[in-house]
Amino acid sequence: MTEKTPKKRVLVGKPGLDGHDRGAKFLAQALRDAGFEVVYTGIRRSPEEIAAAAIQEDVDALGLSSLSGAHMRLFPAVVEALAKAGAPEIPVLGGGVIPDEDILALKAAGIVEIFTPGTPVDIIISAFQDACEKKSAG
Amino acid sequence: MTIDKLLKGLKAWDPRAIGRAISLVENGDDSAEAILSSLDEDLISEATILGITGPPGAGKSTLTNGIISQLRQSRKRIGIIAIDPSSPISGGAILGDRIRMMQHATDQDVVMRSMATRGRLGGLCATAGAAVRIMASCGCSNIIIETVGVGQSEMDIIRLADITLLVLAPGLGDDIQAMKAGLLEVADILVVNKADCKGADILAMDLEAVTRKGSATPTPVSMTVATESKGIAELLDQIEKVDSEHRDSGERQKRRRGAHNQEVLDWCLEILRPRLLAEITKKGLPLLGDPRLKAKKILEEQ
Repeated sequence: MTEKTPKKRVLVGKPGLDGHDRGAKFLAQALRDAGFEVVYTGIRRSPEEIAAAAIQEDVDALGLSSLSGAHMRLFPAVVEALAKAGAPEIPVLGGGVIPDEDILALKAAGIVEIFTPGTPVDIIISAFQDACEKKSAG
Repeated sequence: MTIDKLLKGLKAWDPRAIGRAISLVENGDDSAEAILSSLDEDLISEATILGITGPPGAGKSTLTNGIISQLRQSRKRIGIIAIDPSSPISGGAILGDRIRMMQHATDQDVVMRSMATRGRLGGLCATAGAAVRIMASCGCSNIIIETVGVGQSEMDIIRLADITLLVLAPGLGDDIQAMKAGLLEVADILVVNKADCKGADILAMDLEAVTRKGSATPTPVSMTVATESKGIAELLDQIEKVDSEHRDSGERQKRRRGAHNQEVLDWCLEILRPRLLAEITKKGLPLLGDPRLKAKKILEEQ
């Protein structure tokens, strides 16, 4: 065909009933400004809806935001939903109001990275870049 | 995913394979040719391609959501391609059309793909046609393409779709806007969405007045309130009516033929563009002199 033009595609989603979407929108825009194509699925989605969207959109990575304290239940549920739908290779990153003691457990459940309030946006973007590259390499 | 597995997945309605195939084609991957030449041409020619266009905020995504719900009542398999603009600065994009259609996210018979324009003007992306064919070939009997929010002259959708709806909403301008040349003249159905808002009746009247002028077959005008699913069933009837007229009169075939030729031309230009740019850069042309005359000379030399 013509010259190769791969673009990194990511999905930013908010699982559960938490409606605080300022962080997710901020991150979606920051990723856009870093050259990503960002599918944004809005607030109050189920893990299954997010997983189905990520698969249909063929994204390279998936970012979840939660500020309501339900991350221990919802983040792993998205990882499970992806695996169940046959796409365990899509890396999941998470962010929000997450206590330090939960981070290890979330990583053990398959979340690649966790970002807490105050994380510089450059660090989040480069984590997304790494996750996307690892996925396309693997 | 290996290419064999991918091609099998396409035949078996695997949403992962469909998503992957569209990405590979969109990115100009080496496997694109194998994918595109494996498609089922019969299914492609049978599918109905519906275009939905209109200015930003007119309600295209919400209306699309309503149309999906309506079509799903007849158990049709549906594909949706929703296009949003790429940033001219970073090349990135926010693809946000899905938000209004998430109620269908886990419906096994609805497959949706958001695409960024990647520099293409005209309301679509370069790979929109290929994405339509991939979805049709996988068994989508209806494919809906939602364009970027358009102004008055983004008309690529008219060629790609069998039927194009122009979605408008009250409050975006007076009757002079409706008189201007462009999309209004070529859309198959005009939809006044947000019909419960002030000014909707006047907008519908203005549209009827301008589209009736000088035409034996006036463009139908439908009224909808997409957020409340009002008017969608009637709109679907209207779409079906126009579709069967187009099939009977040969208009559908005529458009498909025109669209095909145009897409071949688009791809010729797409392939030539980097080659020509390299040639032009290599020449180190002086700043003086007319660009058009220089272009002619370069093409004659090729």
